[in-house]
Amino acid sequence: MITNNEKELQVKALRNGTVIDHIPSDILFKVVSLLQLDSVKNQITIGNNLTSKRMGKKGIIKISDCYYEEEEISRIALIAPDAKINIIRNFEVIEKKVLSLPDNFTGIVKCPNPKCITNNEPMKTKFEVIKKNPVVLRCPYCEREIQQEDIQLL
Amino acid sequence: MSSKSIVSITDYSTDQILSILDSAATFEANPNQTILNGKVAATLFFEPSTRTRLSFETAVNRLGGRVIGFSDASTSSSVKGETLNDTIKMVSNYADIIIMRHHLEGAARYASEVTSVPIINAGDGSNQHPSQTMLDLYSIRKTQGRLDNIKIAMVGDLKYGRTVHSLLIALTHFSPQFYFIAPDELRMPEEYKIICDKKGIPYEERTEFNTDIINEVDILYMTRVQKERFTDQMEYEKVKNVYTLRNKMLEHSKDNLRILHPLPRVNEIDMDVDANPKAYYFEQARNGLYARQAMICDTLGLI
Repeated sequence: MITNNEKELQVKALRNGTVIDHIPSDILFKVVSLLQLDSVKNQITIGNNLTSKRMGKKGIIKISDCYYEEEEISRIALIAPDAKINIIRNFEVIEKKVLSLPDNFTGIVKCPNPKCITNNEPMKTKFEVIKKNPVVLRCPYCEREIQQEDIQLL
Repeated sequence: MSSKSIVSITDYSTDQILSILDSAATFEANPNQTILNGKVAATLFFEPSTRTRLSFETAVNRLGGRVIGFSDASTSSSVKGETLNDTIKMVSNYADIIIMRHHLEGAARYASEVTSVPIINAGDGSNQHPSQTMLDLYSIRKTQGRLDNIKIAMVGDLKYGRTVHSLLIALTHFSPQFYFIAPDELRMPEEYKIICDKKGIPYEERTEFNTDIINEVDILYMTRVQKERFTDQMEYEKVKNVYTLRNKMLEHSKDNLRILHPLPRVNEIDMDVDANPKAYYFEQARNGLYARQAMICDTLGLI
């Protein structure tokens, strides 16, 4: 673990909880709002514009004593398909999760087409996942495809 | 949710398309029947479209069914703020089938999810209009004797024209050869060219509309170049007459060539073409009646 220390030291180490690493810096705060971290009472450490060998700059989020359901955490793949999820217990990584989007999902994302029925009727949005990395979604109502950079969260 | 609803031409398999076309031919041979006796069809036109509504209503009336509905959202309770969900649920109490046009994209798909009464999409914004595609296919098969290996030129507004997009998708089942003829501003969108590429369907893109192409093809599918589509009005003035078909351009065209147009036409087909036996757009509109009779009866499980 000593080799990791240098990296880890950029942000305080976590005893127990979830680490979301390798988030592109420009979407870090989108991930914060996706997970609704503003209403979470646990200790949260957020680091951004940290040096990363692979990405140049990256963001990281550490949430103490918090473990997510698969479905909840997989939403991150919508905007950051390359982010890495580490589950920490007693300072040790006990599990690395690979993000994987479901083939279909409801809600979370807004259809960017203003003429789509979903933006004009009190109803939930739905999407088909056409491609996973980079993400391409398709609205089954207006039938438009949505590229990753155009994804807007609800 | 009803599996019988028809929201998009892609809701039909190739075999289903062919079977609808066969039954449209039987309605053409005998358009007045009593097969819809005792049935009520609701035509809900949240957005006005006289041509499409009259065609659907004639289809129901000639088969002995009855029609309720509205032809303009201002006479419906949607102006009072009623949701589409509520309007559809209310009408579902009265009708055996709902035929609807709406200015919002996806409205028909959503309607089909909130009711068990089958929905036929008569146009949802710039998204889908499956009965137009069905009548286009019917017209092609009727005039060419086949749907396979058709050489077709699509001319005019290929960017926003939903009829050409749906027709393109439907024809991909039948090994066509496409020519896309449009001004730069109104070119066929990439996604449709990708679909052709994936299926190995040959296509050529051109900006000039001339006899080279006209003499090559079996079907000339003309569309209206609309002024409001152009950001630069100078550009519109330049191109508006470039995509006009005139009778003298048909001199050396193939004998089997037929000219289709979803109508209404403005100046993209000169009036002097109307008398040419290759002009097919008015018969094409009449075919819409038979295609819609077939779609309604299929949706209701009557054929």
